[in-house]
Amino acid sequence: MNKESLKLRKTESLKDVDYILSVDDLSKRYKNFSLNKVSFQLPRGYIMGFIGPNGSGKSTTIKLIMNLLNRDSGEIKVFGLDNLRDELLIKDRIAFVYDENHYYDELTIRDMAKFVSSFYKHWETPVFKKYLRDFDLDSKQRIKELSKGMKMKLSLAIALSHQAELLIMDEPTAGLDPLVRAELVDILSSLIQDERKSVFFSTHITSDLDKIADYVTFIHNGKIVVSAPKDDLLDQYGIVKGANTLLNEETKTLFVGIKPNQFGFQGLVRDHEKARRLFKEQAIIEKPSLEDIMLYTVKGEQL
Amino acid sequence: MAMNIIISNSSPEPIYQQIVTQLKQLILEGDLKEAEGLPSIRTLAKELQISVITTKRAYEELERDGYIETVAGKGSFVAAQNKELLREKRLRVVEEKVADAIAASKTAGLNQQDLLEMFKLLYEEI
Repeated sequence: MNKESLKLRKTESLKDVDYILSVDDLSKRYKNFSLNKVSFQLPRGYIMGFIGPNGSGKSTTIKLIMNLLNRDSGEIKVFGLDNLRDELLIKDRIAFVYDENHYYDELTIRDMAKFVSSFYKHWETPVFKKYLRDFDLDSKQRIKELSKGMKMKLSLAIALSHQAELLIMDEPTAGLDPLVRAELVDILSSLIQDERKSVFFSTHITSDLDKIADYVTFIHNGKIVVSAPKDDLLDQYGIVKGANTLLNEETKTLFVGIKPNQFGFQGLVRDHEKARRLFKEQAIIEKPSLEDIMLYTVKGEQL
Repeated sequence: MAMNIIISNSSPEPIYQQIVTQLKQLILEGDLKEAEGLPSIRTLAKELQISVITTKRAYEELERDGYIETVAGKGSFVAAQNKELLREKRLRVVEEKVADAIAASKTAGLNQQDLLEMFKLLYEEI
């Protein structure tokens, strides 16, 4: 590390002091799919949900952040540091949980932890033991005896025992029952209480996790559709229901997507206040769910 | 501290607004007293299982309207209530609700007389 790069880093961290994760114009081309100029920012102390249908580019983005794939262009900063140049420094402070069993089946939890702990500078055995107790995990159990929910909790316990500041989870709720998902919600909201840590998780089903998400980044066909505070999205968009006669060339332009049926239509608008002014009492306007926003955006593009 | 905040996910009212309304109510009714400490935005978000941004927005609005004060590093407290201000605030709450009722009766095709009659009738009952 020479003096010049140190100096550069200092100014960078000042500039990006608010963002724990910053992705800028990230692109990666494959034969049948490409990630196209993906950009979003996650401020420190908050939770971001990364949503989109299967094959939309969520895992590719996460692998690029973790430097498990090579990008074609763009920039990724974690803790204000470049994710390629400072990979090791960054990874020591990241906790990565993904939906595959990446532990050795025959080992007990204790032996697995002993092995994994050697990778981290700040491993804390007492913290790990506390999480095992909190999560009802027995350190003498073998990995192969654990249920899917228990494996996820083990991944989290390991992830949280090396003073990580950024928790990245790829599809953490896939295949988990509602009880474990509810526990996960509690764990994550406890985690960000200190205002220092952030959570970034991907999911293709909008789930109970979304309710605690502060920010939502929605990706579709390798492009970011929207990245914003969740409340802004839910306050701006609206579901409109009414008679098919309300739809004409002019009113149709308001909609992101429309689903007509024999007895009326349902559609998503980006600006519910505008829709209310236009349709007045003739239509019902409701709060959308994130799932509505995802479904109509994806469907709307296919029409 | 008697502090109940009940969030409805099916209400058309945004969640931050529900928090604002309920905390204002608690303060106006004296359930939350002057200088009493409020939970931190993160604690409130965790307990209600909602986003931190939502609780933050609610507190910011309460602060702007003079209901609470936030001291850096110490948290948020119920602001000192000036009696006249309090009365004014209560009047404003009544005004808002009456305005809502008027708007609703206009939509329903009721005239002023109809509304006044309904008002008298209900006033006796409640």
